[in-house]
Amino acid sequence: MSDKQKKIVELEEVVIKFAGDSGDGMQLTGTQFSDASASFGNELLTFPDYPAEIRAPQGTVAGVSGFQVHIGAKEVQTPGDLADVLIAMNPAALKTNMKWVKPGATIIVDVDSFDQKHCEKAGYDYDPLQSSDLDDYTVIKAPITSLSRSTVSDLNLGIDVKTADKTRNQFVMGMLIWLFNRNMKVEEEFIEKKFAKKPALIAPNVAVLHAGYNYADTLEAIATQFYVKPVAGKKGSFRQITGNTATAWGLMAGAEKAGLKLFLGSYPITPASDILHELCKHKHLGVKTFQAEDEIAGICTAIGASFGGNLGVTSTSGPGLALKTEAAGLAVITELPLVIVDVQRGGPSTGLPTKTEQSDLLQAIHGRHGESPMPVIAASTPGNCFNYAYEACKIAVEHMTPVILLTDGYLANGTELWEIPNYEAMPKIVPPFVKDNDPEYQPYKRDAEKLNRRWALPGQKGLEHRIGGLEKSDVYGDVSHDPMNHQVMTNYRAEKVQRIANYIPQQEIIGSQNGGELLVIGWGGTFGALNMAVKEMREEGYDVSLAHFNYIFPLPKNTEDVLKKFKKRVVCELNLGQFADYLRTQYPQYPYEQYNKVQGLPFFISELKEKFKQLLAK
Amino acid sequence: MEEVQKLTREDFQTAGPVKWCAGCGSYSILAAVQNALPQIGVPKEKIVFVSGIGCSSRFPYYMKTYGFHTLHGRGAAIASGLKSARPDLNVWLATGDGDSMAIGGNHFIHLIRRNIDINVLVFNNKIYGLTKGQYSPTTPYGSITKSSPDGTIENPFKPGELVIGAEGNFFARVIDKEPRNLEKTLIAANAHKGASIVEVLQNCVIFNDKIHESIIGKEVRDENVVMLEHGKPMIFGKERDKGLVLDGADLKVVKIGENGITEKDILVHDMTTKNPSIHYLLAKMTYPLAIGVIRSVDDATYETKLQEQVDTAVANTKIKTVDQLLHSGQIFDIK
Repeated sequence: MSDKQKKIVELEEVVIKFAGDSGDGMQLTGTQFSDASASFGNELLTFPDYPAEIRAPQGTVAGVSGFQVHIGAKEVQTPGDLADVLIAMNPAALKTNMKWVKPGATIIVDVDSFDQKHCEKAGYDYDPLQSSDLDDYTVIKAPITSLSRSTVSDLNLGIDVKTADKTRNQFVMGMLIWLFNRNMKVEEEFIEKKFAKKPALIAPNVAVLHAGYNYADTLEAIATQFYVKPVAGKKGSFRQITGNTATAWGLMAGAEKAGLKLFLGSYPITPASDILHELCKHKHLGVKTFQAEDEIAGICTAIGASFGGNLGVTSTSGPGLALKTEAAGLAVITELPLVIVDVQRGGPSTGLPTKTEQSDLLQAIHGRHGESPMPVIAASTPGNCFNYAYEACKIAVEHMTPVILLTDGYLANGTELWEIPNYEAMPKIVPPFVKDNDPEYQPYKRDAEKLNRRWALPGQKGLEHRIGGLEKSDVYGDVSHDPMNHQVMTNYRAEKVQRIANYIPQQEIIGSQNGGELLVIGWGGTFGALNMAVKEMREEGYDVSLAHFNYIFPLPKNTEDVLKKFKKRVVCELNLGQFADYLRTQYPQYPYEQYNKVQGLPFFISELKEKFKQLLAK
Repeated sequence: MEEVQKLTREDFQTAGPVKWCAGCGSYSILAAVQNALPQIGVPKEKIVFVSGIGCSSRFPYYMKTYGFHTLHGRGAAIASGLKSARPDLNVWLATGDGDSMAIGGNHFIHLIRRNIDINVLVFNNKIYGLTKGQYSPTTPYGSITKSSPDGTIENPFKPGELVIGAEGNFFARVIDKEPRNLEKTLIAANAHKGASIVEVLQNCVIFNDKIHESIIGKEVRDENVVMLEHGKPMIFGKERDKGLVLDGADLKVVKIGENGITEKDILVHDMTTKNPSIHYLLAKMTYPLAIGVIRSVDDATYETKLQEQVDTAVANTKIKTVDQLLHSGQIFDIK
């Protein structure tokens, strides 16, 4: 221990951004730090920010990969607007992230990488560390590369430089452990687990971890240590989970509760592929995954599986959803259960494949030929992707309909510390099966309440029937071109989906239950930022409330009651106003203000508050 | 073992009218299927007919089994999902030349490549019937059709070439108006484990009447067609005086009794050989046209391998429920 005076500052929350080349292991370091924080009892939320290129040229701005971690001693619902601590492994990482750090933030740089060559590659014609660019920040110029290399070489294990360089992220980790007063033991165990299959790498990584810690401990430049307390009163079993993993698990839970086998037909697409990757690992729970030849085959194989009595699911992003629309119409007319997961990204076309957006909403609600109603629901946190995936399964199976579940790149790749749900207590899912040889069975005979048809499976005796894309006669299911029959069947399909509103929860208001000045309206993945903005403003004394929608089509039955209680309404979404337009068609009697952003980025709390204050002042 | 009820052709006939044009080749295909199914020993409720779009694809509506009339070109994908999810079912796909090789080309080749145990009936009338007479991917070069008034300028596919190119293990070619051979071939296709493709040369009386007549017409058929039988020499001709021999890397027609050629010199058909070279030549050959099972090779099927992976994982896991999964791995218990 050095004898310097250490100052420990206690913080309510802190945002740390890790940035480096996409091969630098920044995602791993970020994950490691968030695990450490989770086991310490902090709240947390993480958000990776990775380039579309897998390995863009080293040291260039295009190749910078980032990982943001927000930890707190209280509720944390966003990855944080701006970082308190930035770790920049090279000049390009510094350059791309300067605009995302708070004034006065601590910036840790690997000073070894700030040579002329690297500065030029990043587009600097000067050395930023020697310039006035960083005057307003606490900069820690750590020789991360050289100290990592010398630490490894001192071990005399014959490890080459390239391998030694891969331990640099542990040097960073060591510094952070010191900076945030964390437990070294937990990190050593993390390394041992991580390299269990390559034990030769344990010793060098642990040595470099200590080197980083000792460096920070002895360095005069770091005068302050931070401390973020565990969340008071927080109890229970938690795990870190990404939105995509939560979606995959929710689908498995839904199938299991319904007593069905889960079948995923899917074609790889960013940012949805991790759902396929996750589900293909769970054959042990009876899950079958089918990597299809294209998006169309993804949904078609799922429809085939649903016809056979599995719970068919297909996962995709916006461009893939567009390709699936014809088949989605088939699922509508054949009234088979099916879950379509759309992990939205920036569009149109290839757009911003690795960035988040909410611009598939109208495609989800309306984007099919013919009168083709389909329920649409949206998850709003990484963790509740589990619940809404489950809910999508429940609606699909019990109402015999395809369902679209909307998530987005932000939810999909973000993680939160998620309280493990009480699985026993989750609602039952009851498929409308038919008994063998039921003399009353008719393919399009409907339930009086839900209006769903029943689900007779190939292999069942005495229930042989034909379904298909041609319009079918009411009750009997024979091909029918009769004009009045088409009217009847079209009305049934629309009414069936509308009646789902009888089975979903009421829309909640966060804030003034009896109405007030301003109602903020959001849906899907923007919940964290909207909720925090509203919460902070209410603490500051403003009359602002939030209605955040998860059930999009049909809307909850009390939606109008919620809307009419407020003097002003502002619809906030990461598109040009799709939900606002949708509400205007559903409830045209109210005016709607809008706040929209299409930059591939989530909302910042600060910009939302500014907008809300302007509206209240008007 | 479940006792299989004795089924007859009538068990597979639907009550409603069959709505193909009078004289359509599809009628004889339907009859052959309804004759073949009672012979395959599968309970009726286990049989599913899937189809795409087109005249051929109305087929499931005329079969008193489970059926699914799907989307244009997508029958192969839907059938693939069904069979993968439910390997216990007996799955058939009715499709046409346009449905399987134009709009559904991608799904068709991948169904074959994966070797999913589905019996695929390709009704090849070399024309689009349901949309009233445009050329299809199998229409002969230069044909005048509704969408090619100056003659097509596209080279047609030969389905067999495509099947073999896609790593196919079963390919047969049959003629709609030869019911007995059709029935026998359907039974063989069903017995083959894996994707079985049966190309039926089918007549469209309205838009492409007698398209196959110059080859398979009564008068000329015996001279133009070689009926393949496994283990038998490839002999044809009214007088059975012609045969096929291998000439370098190609097939050649020779006359038995000329130039010292005897029956022993004629190539013997081996449909089970893994090497597809001769099968490919047979599928491609236009004179004589090869009819019968050209290729039938056993290989493991996709759905069996998938089921095995699932069964193995289920047998070896400690995590048997989603609830157990939720509590596995790294958990942060905060007290």
